[in-house]
Order: sequence, then structure tokens, then C-alpha cells
Amino acid sequence: MGYLVRRLEFFLVTLWAALTLNFILPRLLPGGPEVALRTRFHGRVSPGTIKSLEVALGIHTQQGQLQQYLEYLGNLLHGDLGVSLGFYPERVTQVIMVALPWTLGLVGMATVIAFVLGTLIGIFGAWRRGGLLDSVLPPVFVVISAFPYFWVGLICILLFSITLGWFPQAFGSSSEVTSELSLPYVLDVLWHSILPAFTIVLTSIGGWILTMRNNMITTLAEDYIRMARAKGLSPTRIMFQYAARNAILPNLVGFAMSLGFVISGALLVEIVFNYPGLGTFLLQAVNNEDFSLMQGLFLLITVAVLLAVVAADFLTAWLDPRTRERA
Amino acid sequence: MGESGCGKSTLLYAIAQLLNPPAWIAEGTVRFRGQDMVALGDEELRHWRWRECSVVMQSAMNALNPVLTVGAQLRDALQAHESLTSQKIQERSAEVMRLVGIDAVHLRSFPHQLSGGMRQRAMIAMALLFTPELVIMDEPTSALDVVAQRSLMLQIKDLQRRLGFAVLFVTHDMSLVSHFSDRLAVMYAGQVMELGLTRKVFDAPRHPYTVGLMQSFPSIAGERQELTGIPGSPPDLLKPPAGCRFHPRCPHVMTHCRTEEPAVVDVEGDLVRCHLYPDGQQSTVPLLSSVRPR
Repeated sequence: MGYLVRRLEFFLVTLWAALTLNFILPRLLPGGPEVALRTRFHGRVSPGTIKSLEVALGIHTQQGQLQQYLEYLGNLLHGDLGVSLGFYPERVTQVIMVALPWTLGLVGMATVIAFVLGTLIGIFGAWRRGGLLDSVLPPVFVVISAFPYFWVGLICILLFSITLGWFPQAFGSSSEVTSELSLPYVLDVLWHSILPAFTIVLTSIGGWILTMRNNMITTLAEDYIRMARAKGLSPTRIMFQYAARNAILPNLVGFAMSLGFVISGALLVEIVFNYPGLGTFLLQAVNNEDFSLMQGLFLLITVAVLLAVVAADFLTAWLDPRTRERA
Repeated sequence: MGESGCGKSTLLYAIAQLLNPPAWIAEGTVRFRGQDMVALGDEELRHWRWRECSVVMQSAMNALNPVLTVGAQLRDALQAHESLTSQKIQERSAEVMRLVGIDAVHLRSFPHQLSGGMRQRAMIAMALLFTPELVIMDEPTSALDVVAQRSLMLQIKDLQRRLGFAVLFVTHDMSLVSHFSDRLAVMYAGQVMELGLTRKVFDAPRHPYTVGLMQSFPSIAGERQELTGIPGSPPDLLKPPAGCRFHPRCPHVMTHCRTEEPAVVDVEGDLVRCHLYPDGQQSTVPLLSSVRPR
């Protein structure tokens, strides 16, 4: 119990530090929001309109830094991330809420699939060390994971979409299908997600296979595995309850981290496939000098990674009794 | 018994058929109640394990799964061989824990929450779940201090008397051997050099290596004598010496010792692997008195 409280304390302190950095960093950038705004509308609207826009967007240059900071924290508490400059007059939270489900669905599922599949291949590969599975899959996927995401994505589009015509080239869904919760729409979304998800799984599974396989091989040499064999336990029980159960522990934090980074989207994959997720929006925010959206997205990414790490800590505490009492 | 690296544990795990690759069974048999265990298939072997022959390992910290409670590890040994109700499992687990003097509340403990001695006891409790015929122990006490060692061995001896199982254990601790074993095999460089009743081997060692071992430790009751030890060091087993493996260090080395491997001969009930006993006869060389006093 004390362990969980300590982890929560750590989480809160880190969160506060991240929020503060997120406040400071954009203010250290040359230009800043008001310059961006002026450049964008320069010569097209009167100075008075710019002034009122600034007020509407919440860019009060007259305010002291401390006051701005307190206001920023207060707004965050209410879930208010301000107004997007690029998608004016949409609020940043609205923009994020549009893109979030797409990224969570695509990248989140792909990450989970890659982890589960990679872990299983690692377990079975190490169990039959030197067998067919073990000699073929790990080297192949390690080589593939060295390929850049976007390149694999482009090859996939060329092969499966343009040449074979099996899957759509881009976007999250077809324009002909209305976006409502109906079977044709869900199938359409799934159909559009297969190619980008495949690209993500293909390029990220190698790491999971390799680390899990190596952890397993180390664990299989432990005395308690020999003991389990001496006890006459069934091979599946030894493989999962004794070997994999211990071997997976070091990988959990890595998995949680990668889940956290899901929020930032597989940026390149989303751009290659023109997928309407957070990665695409992040790129647009940078291009548009949309400071409030950028800030909102960075905040979201930071919080997601932090939450994932805390979740991993809890999961480890649940799976590994030794961590529970560590001071 | 034998020095480190002589193959004691390897032999033990070979008997239990628990060696990992790259080890493999080149030849030989393991006879257990008239049956050859080497000839058994994996599944038959699995049923033999633990019911008839259990294992206690050197370091209980590493031999217990760190993420499962002691109770869970007793439970899966029971469930692997019998389908029992959870109440029966609980009863049997508590019973064996009491046998080794641990409170049954520790069934809910994880291995890291127990002391070294308790872990070793918990392992012995686990080994006794089915009251097997044979318990194989790989240096069961070497991770413990002398006090804990002694109480554990006394307890094993006591349980053995009550439950009637055989113990096959390896150690390099001479005092353990002399106090707790009935028969003794002395190993050197991967081979058994001498095998006989412990008392007899201690009183009248026949192999020059055994003689050297006996002169490497002081006797508490006997007269004062200079310890001599065995000069030289154990051979590299990747290229063992030709002929008798002990010949480079043997004080009685003869010319044919360097070329011919000695056969195992029966000398008055003791098995010895040495050229000093050509036809299973008593040696003409007085072994013990040949040690030069310094």
C-alpha cells in the first residue's frame, strides 16, 4: 500500500513539473503566439481587430508571468486548453477530442497487438531454442524493425493498395460512408486501419520478440525452472507460470511507456496514410504555428506517458511481490 | 562427496534427469526399484517425478519461484499429480509445513519474505508432499550457517526415520558426511573413485585420493597430526589425464597408471577404482603410513 502511495506522490510531482515546463517552453520560443498572430493576419485586418482577437484568444501580453502561470494552472484544472489558432474558433480540447479516438484506436491497438504477439513469439522461441520459430522470426523482425516506419508504409501502400488494390491508400474512412455508429461504418474504419496498423506492428514487433526471448532464456536457466521440472509440472505450466511470468516483468515498463507514446501517434504513419489522428494534427499545429494546440498536445502526451508509467508500476507491483515492500 | 567441480551435482541431476542442454545422456542406466528410468518417456518420467523422487536444491532462494507464494508452489506440485479439493490441498500443505517446523501462515508468504533456513525447510516440506521413496539433495545446507546446518540435518534425519525415505545427497562437507550418511561415494574428476559404507571408508580408506581427503581435515577426537592435503590441483576435464585421472597427484603412482584406466574392483565389499588393487585384493602398499610427516 505504501508503495502505491509513494508512486502516486512521484506521479503528482512529475506531473506538476511537466505542466510547468509546458508553460515555460512556448514562452522561451522566439516570436510566441502574438507575433504568430500578427504575422498571419498582417495587412488583412485592422490593428483593432487583432487586439480583440488577442483578447478572445486569451493572449494578454500585459499580464505578469506569475499571473499567467496561475491562470494557466486554473484553466487546466477546468480542462480548458484555450482556443486553437489554426482551427479558430474551435477550442483545443474539441480538436483533440476529434483526433484522439482515431489515434487511440489505430496506434493503441497496433501497439497492444505488437506487444502480445511479440511476447508470445519470444516465449515460444526461447522455449524451443534453436528451433524453426526461433531461428527464423527473431532475425527477420529485427532486420525489419530497422526499416523506417514511413518507408515500410509507402512500400505497403505501393504493394497492397496500388498494385493489388486490397486496401485503401489513405484516410480513416471512406467519404461515401456516413460517420455514424453502424456496421458498414465500423467495417469501413477497420478496413482503412488494417494497412497502417500492419505497418506499425511489422516495424515494432521485432523489439518485443528479441527482449522477451532473451529474458526467457535467462529465466529458463534459473533453479526454479529446474525445480518445476523436478516437480513434474506440465510443460505449459512451467512455460507460463514459472518462466514467462518472471521473464515478462522487465518488459512491462517498456510496454507501458510505448502505450504512453501512443498519444503522440505514430506521427509518420499517420502522415503517410493521411490518417486523421493526433500525429497529423500535431504536424498541422507546427505548420500553422498553432501554439495553443501544440501546447495542448504536448500536455496530453506528457500526461499519457506519466499515467502509463504509473500504471506499469502498479502492474509490476501486482505481478511481482518483491517490489511491493521495497522502500 | 568430492571437491568443487568434480561432477557431484552433475551426477545427481543426471540421476534425476534434470540436466539442461547441451548436456545429454550418452549412455548408462538409472535403476529405481528395478526399473530403468533413462528408458522412460517424458510423460512417464513426469509421473515418476515428485511422487517417487523429489529434489531439494542448494539455494532455496533461487529454487523457489519468486512471484508465487510458498502455498501456491506446494499446490501446483500436488495438482500436477493428483486432483484434490482445495481443502485437501490446504490440509496437506499445512501438514508438511508443520513437519518441518514452519507455521502454516507462511503458506501465504512469498519466498523473499522467509529467512534462508525457513526457505530451505519449505523446500524440504515441498519435497515431502507425497512422501517419496527417494529425496535427492544438492548440498542442502551449504547456504546456511553451521548452527542452522546442524538443526536442518538433524531434522532431515528425524523425518527420514519417521517417514522412511532414502536421501541421496552431495556435499563437500566432511563432517556432514561422517555424521549423516550410511554409504559414501568419493568422486574425483567426474568419476566415482570409491564407494562403500561410510564408516568403513572413513576408518580404512582404500583409494589414494580418499586417503588424501581424510588427511586434509583434522579429527576432533584423534591424536594431533600434521595435515598434509593433496598436492597439485584438479585436472581440466576438457582434457582429462590419460590412464587414471588421479595419477598426476597420486603419491603411489606406478607406470601403468599413466596409460591404463583402472577398472572398478570390489575390495572386501568396497568398490574402488585403482590399480593398487589388481584383482580386488588388499593392496600391498600401506597407504596411510606412507604419508611423510613434516
